[in-house]
Amino acid sequence: MNEGRVLITGICGRLGKRLTRKLHRERPVLGVDRRPFADKPKDVEHAQIDLRRKKLKDVLRSSDVKAVVHLGVMHDPRASAAEHHSWNVEGFSKLLDYAAQLGIPKVVVLSSANVYGPQPGNAQFLTEDAPLLGGARFSDIRDLVEVDMLAQGFFWKHPNVETVVLRPVHILGTVHNAPSNFLRLPTIPTLLGYDPMIQVIHEADVVQAIHRALQPGIRGIFNIAGPDPVPLSRAIKILGRNRLRVPYSLGKMALNRLWNLRLTTFPPPELDHIRYVCMVDDHRARNVLGFTPAHDLETTLHAVDSER
Amino acid sequence: MFGAAETTVDGWMSNLLGEDFHARIGRVPVALGQAGVDPFGFDPEWARFALAGCAFLHKKYFRTEVHGADNVPAGPVLLISNHSGQVPLDGAVIGASMFMDVEPPRFIRAMVEKWTQTLPFVSLLFSRVGQVVGVPENAKRLLEQGEALLVFPEGARGISKTFDRRYQLTDFGLGFMRLAMETKTPVVPIAVIGAEEQYVSVANLDRAARLMGMPAFPLLPQLVLPGGFMPLPTKYRLYYGEPMYFDGDADDEDAVIEEKVWLVRATIQSMLNRGLKARKTIFW
Repeated sequence: MNEGRVLITGICGRLGKRLTRKLHRERPVLGVDRRPFADKPKDVEHAQIDLRRKKLKDVLRSSDVKAVVHLGVMHDPRASAAEHHSWNVEGFSKLLDYAAQLGIPKVVVLSSANVYGPQPGNAQFLTEDAPLLGGARFSDIRDLVEVDMLAQGFFWKHPNVETVVLRPVHILGTVHNAPSNFLRLPTIPTLLGYDPMIQVIHEADVVQAIHRALQPGIRGIFNIAGPDPVPLSRAIKILGRNRLRVPYSLGKMALNRLWNLRLTTFPPPELDHIRYVCMVDDHRARNVLGFTPAHDLETTLHAVDSER
Repeated sequence: MFGAAETTVDGWMSNLLGEDFHARIGRVPVALGQAGVDPFGFDPEWARFALAGCAFLHKKYFRTEVHGADNVPAGPVLLISNHSGQVPLDGAVIGASMFMDVEPPRFIRAMVEKWTQTLPFVSLLFSRVGQVVGVPENAKRLLEQGEALLVFPEGARGISKTFDRRYQLTDFGLGFMRLAMETKTPVVPIAVIGAEEQYVSVANLDRAARLMGMPAFPLLPQLVLPGGFMPLPTKYRLYYGEPMYFDGDADDEDAVIEEKVWLVRATIQSMLNRGLKARKTIFW
């Protein structure tokens, strides 16, 4: 598949590096990230710039980009709300503006199934047209919902651009996101009397989904799910971890305290993820995108313990 | 997982069934995934305990007389029943009967209120024994999965009826009919006789109910008797009607849907009337 140069934002994250390894032999890859790219393959170009800088446009113009993959979404619950918002929303809308001005024919955005949010009244499997209520109980992720909405707006405003929004479930692997970090804990706390079904996906399967989204003709929103859903307790059992059951009120109090003391990376509202379901219907991805996860449940779960 | 309790339950159920309980569970069509549960979190390992409890009510406590069990078709089906008795024991008995009397044996699925998901243990138990959150998407998916879905279209209005209105069906909701039409699922009407007398409600205190945020607040004189919290051991009679098939536009006006719903309601009412006529005594 050689459809011209592809720009990857947030290329220095674990997922970005994985995607680069898959793509760089097929087509030229250009990375944009604030961070340095340590073990960069020789044929990959990297521009160490901030997405919000005007320089981004020059980089885009000079290198004839044919597709953009936006992985550079910041989700650092410790960062200030202003910084978070400006990075995610301002940075991304600039990127979209340039993409439109330069007539880049393909934009792939990695959103997340978290934009639907865990709610007691959720349907067991949410389709792509379910409302994005993720910010209702957890206001810090509102700008992630906004990124998803911006991409949707772009989809309608620029029908000549193939815009793809991917909403994967909890990504597991070497990545440092909340679900992987949670399952890496030596003793995993759960809420007494709650055991929601969860969906997980291997990071390599997410890379596969992005790769498929880059194919010409693919556009629209896709929920991306991995192997069959599993009760949280069974996932912990498969990993062979100990489980500590905590009553909800106590757990919430303790997490609030730990959070304020900066002793945990889990913001208290994320407790909802181990209390209510937030699962997606991935029929569209299977039928239209032709995506099927290659990793089974055990491999996907054990990926959190792998080194690379 | 549950060790000794499991063997006891299995032995007791095998006796009651006159057939190996395990073998019968094995014949239930369920869509289990890699984790040993279905996509809704239903776990046959848990269901056996719920089944044993329901089987006790069904065979021992209410000594249910079952008619027309062979009317239930294999594959997806909507079970539409009258609802009565203050406490949903009618659902438990239908559940036991669908497993014990119907061929192939089935685990019924039902829909529960959203707020139950906020309760610890309750949400977990409901999910493991196959009760799902009551939204249309879930109902549709269950039927596509080939399940037997139990619906009480009278809802809380039916179960909290006072004694003077026993065996008179209240208004039916329309949701089940739209679902049946959209998914082309056969409807099996069910009449349950005996549940109305298990708790005799002389009045329903609406204001107290509203104050406490409950769907109903029945006045039950029997509660003052020792052991009166137990339902009276009436004899249940359970009638499965012949399957009914509906087609047409599921998004049609309420008036059109209402006509079809009325047909189901009238069928159940006449099944109730016939059953009551045949019944000589309430308790045996």
